[in-house]
Amino acid sequence: MHGVFDIVGPIMIGPSSSHTAGACRLGLMSRAILGSQPFTATIELVGSFAATYRGHGTDRAIIAGLLGMSPEDERLPHAFDIAQEMGLTYSFIPVRKSGVHPNTAIIRLTDKDGHTVRVEGASVGGGNIMITELDGFRLELSGTLPSIIIAHLDRPGVIANITHLIAEAGGNIASVRDIREKRGQTALVVIEMDDELPPVYVERIASSRHILTAFTVPKL
Amino acid sequence: MYDFSTIAELTAEAEKAGLPISSIVISREANESQKTYDEVVAQMRHSWHTMKDAIDKGINNPQKSVSGLTGGDAPKIYSMLNASAGKSYLGELACCACAGAVAVAEVSAGMGRIVACPTAGSCGIVPGALYAAHRYKIKNDEPIVRSLFTAAGFGMIIDEMACIAGAEGGCQAECGTAAAMAAAALTELAGGNPEAVAHAAALALKNLLGLACDPVAGLVEVPCIKRNGFIAVHALTASDMAISGIRSVIPPDEVVMAMKEIGDQLPLALKETAGGGLAATPTGRRLKEQIFGKQTE
Ligand code: SF4
Repeated sequence: MHGVFDIVGPIMIGPSSSHTAGACRLGLMSRAILGSQPFTATIELVGSFAATYRGHGTDRAIIAGLLGMSPEDERLPHAFDIAQEMGLTYSFIPVRKSGVHPNTAIIRLTDKDGHTVRVEGASVGGGNIMITELDGFRLELSGTLPSIIIAHLDRPGVIANITHLIAEAGGNIASVRDIREKRGQTALVVIEMDDELPPVYVERIASSRHILTAFTVPKL
Repeated sequence: MYDFSTIAELTAEAEKAGLPISSIVISREANESQKTYDEVVAQMRHSWHTMKDAIDKGINNPQKSVSGLTGGDAPKIYSMLNASAGKSYLGELACCACAGAVAVAEVSAGMGRIVACPTAGSCGIVPGALYAAHRYKIKNDEPIVRSLFTAAGFGMIIDEMACIAGAEGGCQAECGTAAAMAAAALTELAGGNPEAVAHAAALALKNLLGLACDPVAGLVEVPCIKRNGFIAVHALTASDMAISGIRSVIPPDEVVMAMKEIGDQLPLALKETAGGGLAATPTGRRLKEQIFGKQTE
């Protein structure tokens, strides 16, 4: 059963929990995955997002999230002006794509140093979201728990080593999902934690053998 | 430790403990979220203040919605309390509930801050009804804050047994649930026992069964905003009936199940797709074209 504050709540900027609050969260999550202030953003909108985004402020909500605002931030309606002040350029492209959730956004970001990410995710109702694809990897990331995302070479013992380091940090793992594209190549592991992992341990994971990148995504 | 998954269980827990339903819901929440009783109440106090802020804003600052389709009605109906008071059939309290509910819904449509209750589309109903009770009956904020837990308890059960999203069950699921929540809170505030509270919720929901979700252009504005005003008053009626001793012939949990069944039977066109009802009227279609242009189907 949902909790009291899922029903009387969340506190949010209207008008729509899925098209505004959820959209903002998709932006926030994409920013967290990029790990820095985005400099350019290209956002493709699918389905109901594509059809009604202007009337629901979906576009402003996504930009607000990309700028680090939460769904209850009263600056959300002014996100376009704030983006200009902060030097974020963006474009929205309604697209047709089948086989995805009707409230889907595909967000491509670059930061000042040229880092890029491509995040695909959906607003699944009540302001909740699900990230379904990251840089071509399929995954499921809801932001209800802090997570660690690790790209690694698909070699024996890599996951064991990661979980060992997490145990050493005293962290409690809620779930582990390993996704690989092709056997023996790159794989992505998403670990949901009960609490956030201290940065030193994230760095230790990142600098371990066969690890390409490791970063944390906070609970939304 | 209290727990419940049906209205019958929630009322039984309250009666057994000799406590109001709000106490049962607060205890359960504190236990589930591993917070203290006071922390949970403090969080709700913040939600109540957010609701009141939205009402003030909506009544005092008429503002257009993002689409330009709606806005500015809350101050109009609010004026019936003063300038046109002699002409109001509702009277001050009910008129105030209506104005408060429309105010919150308009603030939401204008991209202001609200508390989803249980959804953004129905966010004005509970605050509007409670604001009126607060202003005319219960000056102290604390009982109101507690009554919001009673409202939440019913929302949680309905969500679990049926659904609370217009896209899933039509507007009966969204605004119907909000009506049940508001009626329950009002009845506890008016001194009703747990049984009366449960029946107020049942009466309120029962009378909205079958309500379609057919918003023009798919936006949460028409008929949603004015509907919030109507249903805040509807909740007052349900509470008065329950306090007077009237009981729902169909028990509360069965009413919830009926809502679910009707929701399953409602055609997709009447479940937030903007494919039927008011959205499909000539004017509804024209407004949609006006807002989104021709190319979007
Ligand atoms: S008509 Fe639909 S969108 Fe409007 S309040 Fe009801 S359920 Fe929500």
